[in-house]
Amino acid sequence: MIVPNEKGYFGAYGGRFVPETLIAALDELTKAYEQYRHDQDFQEELKEWLANYCGRPTALYRAKRLARELGIKEIYLKREDLAHTGAHKINNTMGQALLARRMGKKRLIAETGAGQHGVATATAAALFGLECEIYMGEKDIERQAMNVYRMDLLGAKVIPVTSGSRTLKDATNEAIRDWVTNVGHTHYIIGSVVGPHPYPLIVRDLQRVIGIEAREQILEQSGALPDYVFACVGGGSNAIGIFHPFLEDDLKMVGVEAAGSGLESGAHSAPLCVGEPGVLHGSLSYLLQTEDGQIKEAHSISAGLDYPGVGPEHSYLRDQGRVEYIGVTDDQALTALRLLCRTEGIIPALESAHALAGVVAQANLLKEKTVLINLSGRGDKDVATLAALKKGEEK
Amino acid sequence: MSRLDETFAQLKIEGRKALITFITAGDPDLDATPDLVETLAESGADIVELGVPFSDPLADGPTIQAASLRALAQGTTLKKIIAMVKEIRRRTEIPLVLMTYYNPVYRYGLEKFVADAAAAGVDGLIVPDLPLEESEELRRLAVEKLAVIPLAAPTTPDARLSKIVAAGRGFLYYVTVTGITGTRTRLPEELSQSLDRVKKIAGELPLAAGFGISTPEQASTVGAHADAIIVGSALVEIVAQHGATVVGRQKLSDRVKALRLSLDII
Repeated sequence: MIVPNEKGYFGAYGGRFVPETLIAALDELTKAYEQYRHDQDFQEELKEWLANYCGRPTALYRAKRLARELGIKEIYLKREDLAHTGAHKINNTMGQALLARRMGKKRLIAETGAGQHGVATATAAALFGLECEIYMGEKDIERQAMNVYRMDLLGAKVIPVTSGSRTLKDATNEAIRDWVTNVGHTHYIIGSVVGPHPYPLIVRDLQRVIGIEAREQILEQSGALPDYVFACVGGGSNAIGIFHPFLEDDLKMVGVEAAGSGLESGAHSAPLCVGEPGVLHGSLSYLLQTEDGQIKEAHSISAGLDYPGVGPEHSYLRDQGRVEYIGVTDDQALTALRLLCRTEGIIPALESAHALAGVVAQANLLKEKTVLINLSGRGDKDVATLAALKKGEEK
Repeated sequence: MSRLDETFAQLKIEGRKALITFITAGDPDLDATPDLVETLAESGADIVELGVPFSDPLADGPTIQAASLRALAQGTTLKKIIAMVKEIRRRTEIPLVLMTYYNPVYRYGLEKFVADAAAAGVDGLIVPDLPLEESEELRRLAVEKLAVIPLAAPTTPDARLSKIVAAGRGFLYYVTVTGITGTRTRLPEELSQSLDRVKKIAGELPLAAGFGISTPEQASTVGAHADAIIVGSALVEIVAQHGATVVGRQKLSDRVKALRLSLDII
């Protein structure tokens, strides 16, 4: 079955649950995307920007010291942290900004959690001379201050969101409200494989470059496909990006959600592990919600994973059993982060540290295996959070 | 004939416009809601829209967002609202429409929701995040029980509008602005022409205009080009300030009467 279908459904999940005002804009976007996804000029232009501006292909690095430490045969890291702006998010924003430009839109808006998507959107806006406003929860503005300064330097306006949990969920609500109001001249760059159709499709296609490169690189370096692919899952764009080109291959895939203080604690961001299907931000997918259908606040030490929903294609892959989804706690992620710093000299983002922690947690199953991990971003933005934690521990 | 259809038929005979008033159920608390509905009905509202509070009301502006939060903080749930509607029905036969985001209904179970809401005395349903393509199942289940009231926007093309009208029951909710709910000092200049265009396509389905209408002046200007006007945030604001106190109910009544008057002189 080809997913999504023409209504934007991945099996039972996806669709378009948005106010009528946005339907015309989504139709316009769908039409434009259908045109440019097969347009050679567009694809060539995107490829060139990704190569010469973003630094693609990103490296595939064999982490021998980490593998030895964990007793795993081989570990390969797909180094999305080395992409321009420090994470995979740029793959999506460059593609969508080019699309917006072709559609004649003058203004870009986006939501951001960790700030990586906000920075990547601000970067594309600066590069193409587009107006740019970024919605960010107040709580995230505090814990990701460096990215707020970066967006400011890049000429974007960061709008603090004070409603609800003051994190990514609420920033997304505000971005949608802005889009409903300014839909004529504004393109909304959603940062993950979430939202109404065609966003989960567009973002997936733009992030597939990660998996396409990794597949070629690992075949070249090790002569075989990996046995396992691991990636962290918040909305799920880096995970879909690396998983998708391997879906037809005979290997296992593991998506790692943020279990926060523990799955049983209620303070986590793991809808695929313990959520129920429902509708949020335009699509039907697994969600953290109450019995009465109210959306629950998520929790994670990682701002980029601190979201109660997940992309519909992940819900589909979960129900199909094609991808296994597990959760690792804040503490497990922090331990894995420090391990990578000390064994390999790489400071990963807190988000990406969840993927590593998933591998650490399952290390005894992986002894004789080759494991590919998507290192989706670098950790510079988290240094202040980590320093504060260390200070707390020393007291 | 349903209460909604009857109301519009009667108003048509009388040559009057319908006044649809919105408040959030459970604000300031669920016990107060029947009192407030009674006040609205006695003051000249023809239809009452009850907002079901939701954690993430992405089509709403700050006023209704805040009302939703207050209602949720009081423990308001869809189940309790349906039970409360039974109490309203002991007091008034005014048509009642629930305005709810889709997730609470989805979670409740569509079939059970339609059965329970209709049995309690709910007449219609407005779901702002459920466009035509996604509402098929709900519409099928609701036939003869609840009117699933469709929304149209300034961005809706004519061909699509025809399909929306064909599937619609109760009335057509035309969103006057590209934006979210909330009072506005200015409405779009081309609104009258837009309403005339939509009215032609809507045919027999009554046309109600909502979003941004708060003053009697706006009500009569917009009402001249529609069958009904919807006023929400302006009333919710009164409840926010005064709750369901005697003063609050008086102020609510005064506003509704002023709106009523402005519609009746068109």
